[in-house]
Amino acid sequence: MSALLEVQALSAGFGGAEVLHDVAFTAKAGETLGLIGPNGAGKTTLLRCLAGLLGYRGRVSLDGVELAEIPRYRRATQLSYLAQQAEAAWPLPVRELARLGRLPHGPGTRAEDEAVLDRVLAETDMTRFAARPIDRLSGGERARALLARALAVEAQVFLADEPVAALDPGHQIQTLRLLKARGAAGGLTVIVMHDLTLAARFCDRLLLISEGRLAAEGPPRQVLTHETLAQHYGIAAHLGEHDGRLFVLPDLLDS
Amino acid sequence: MTAPSLALSLFLGLLLGLAAAVSLSVGPEGLPFSGELLALSRAQPELALTILTEIRLPRVALGILVGATLGLAGAALQGLLRNPLVEPGLIGVSSGATLGAVIAIYFGLSAQFALFLPLGGVLGALLALLLLFAVAGRDPASLTLILAGVAIGSFATALTSLALNLAPSPFAALEIVFWMLGSLADRSLDHLWLAGPPILLGCALIASSGRALEALTLGEDTASSLGFDLAAVKRRVIGGAALAVGAAVAVTGIIGFVGLVVPHLLRPLVGQHPRRLLLPSALGGALLLTLADIASRLLSGDQELKLGVLTAIIGAPFFLHLMVKLRRGARI
Repeated sequence: MSALLEVQALSAGFGGAEVLHDVAFTAKAGETLGLIGPNGAGKTTLLRCLAGLLGYRGRVSLDGVELAEIPRYRRATQLSYLAQQAEAAWPLPVRELARLGRLPHGPGTRAEDEAVLDRVLAETDMTRFAARPIDRLSGGERARALLARALAVEAQVFLADEPVAALDPGHQIQTLRLLKARGAAGGLTVIVMHDLTLAARFCDRLLLISEGRLAAEGPPRQVLTHETLAQHYGIAAHLGEHDGRLFVLPDLLDS
Repeated sequence: MTAPSLALSLFLGLLLGLAAAVSLSVGPEGLPFSGELLALSRAQPELALTILTEIRLPRVALGILVGATLGLAGAALQGLLRNPLVEPGLIGVSSGATLGAVIAIYFGLSAQFALFLPLGGVLGALLALLLLFAVAGRDPASLTLILAGVAIGSFATALTSLALNLAPSPFAALEIVFWMLGSLADRSLDHLWLAGPPILLGCALIASSGRALEALTLGEDTASSLGFDLAAVKRRVIGGAALAVGAAVAVTGIIGFVGLVVPHLLRPLVGQHPRRLLLPSALGGALLLTLADIASRLLSGDQELKLGVLTAIIGAPFFLHLMVKLRRGARI
């Protein structure tokens, strides 16, 4: 199977400083990819490049077509982007907020829109809050409403920057299951994460970004080793296994 | 458009129609549905028609156009900059238009030909807009736009003050000050023809950006990921607002707070939705200004109570109320 997303010699930055240096990887349809790495490593910058929001040098191609050459309106239906600390300027009701995700599909898809909204609100466990303005929700509920908005785009590629950081453990697992399930339908999901145990559990492959470079790449067990975690995170990790699942207990190096 | 916002627009449209009818029948004597005009129409039907079409109709039509411009531009700019405290004057074009008009008065141009005054206003607004785009660059950040607009506005206001400072006679200064207070009195059909086209063009540019304003609810990155070219959207909304507001100020002088207050009052009634707010805000602005103009005529004694004074007297306390609510962290 050929690559859906292909990144070659990608360098990018802003304000005159280069943040990403020479990053290259490919991803296939159906995969769930975890972007991990310490704060300031360049994970968000990479995700913004993939979403076409930031200029770059090198090549990023989607289905063999360079990202910059795909018309804006078409790219908007192929890629969905959920920003870190996503915001909403006006306290719209949850369903109306989610409806913004249907904007790329134009005004002529009304009946289909309603069906999609019903589904994404159910998937994010937000159906009962559908009519509630988002400023009357808790932080985690608001994060799920914004997730529903991003899912409503129904794009093949889903780029999410820390989508579960604000959620309780139950909803974290529920959300990651939901994102992983997109793979069965041929979707590619790229998720920025800090929780390494969750990353190991739900991602097919992890990309470890450190100081703007792709420091390690591969299946979770291959990337999450004592050596790489010590070198790039500066932590002494206790790696264990429970029911065949890898878990990571981070600790400081000197303790 | 959903049922509630459509119903709201219909309701506001109906009220506007009523207010416009009342405004047409309010004469200089301050009598609603004045008997004189009716009597005149029997005795001298041509004169009555002239009064109606050449004095009152331009006044009512300008009031509607200017009010709609301020309401629409306020709603659109608040949506664009995602800030509920933005008003059309913030981007500097109102001050630019004022300066242009004041220059026309100062150098006696308006005394030679009355339309030089609004022409100067339109020219001033356009210059302010060009300067804003030149300073802000091709892909401006929202904060850059606001700061550049404020700086340009302050500069234009300073030059206006300079004109007052150096005014050749107290009468010239008085004329300038009176014009700046904002009014719809004594405007002719020529004013309507001058200001109408840029106002309609500007409003059309704004109205075409509704879906982008909707997407901007989610911030610039996400709106961009939804397929909107934000640099183009900013040019369209700011350019449209500048064109319409500049032309409006050029014929009426500065009328404050309509652009701030109207979107605020209506926002909760359209479920906070930035696109569905546009049409009701235009209608609401037109309604508010028409009502204020009726009030200014009814309340005026020997000295005309200026429209800009009246709207600011209502608007400023409202603004303070808003700030207090905001400080308390309440919803606005």
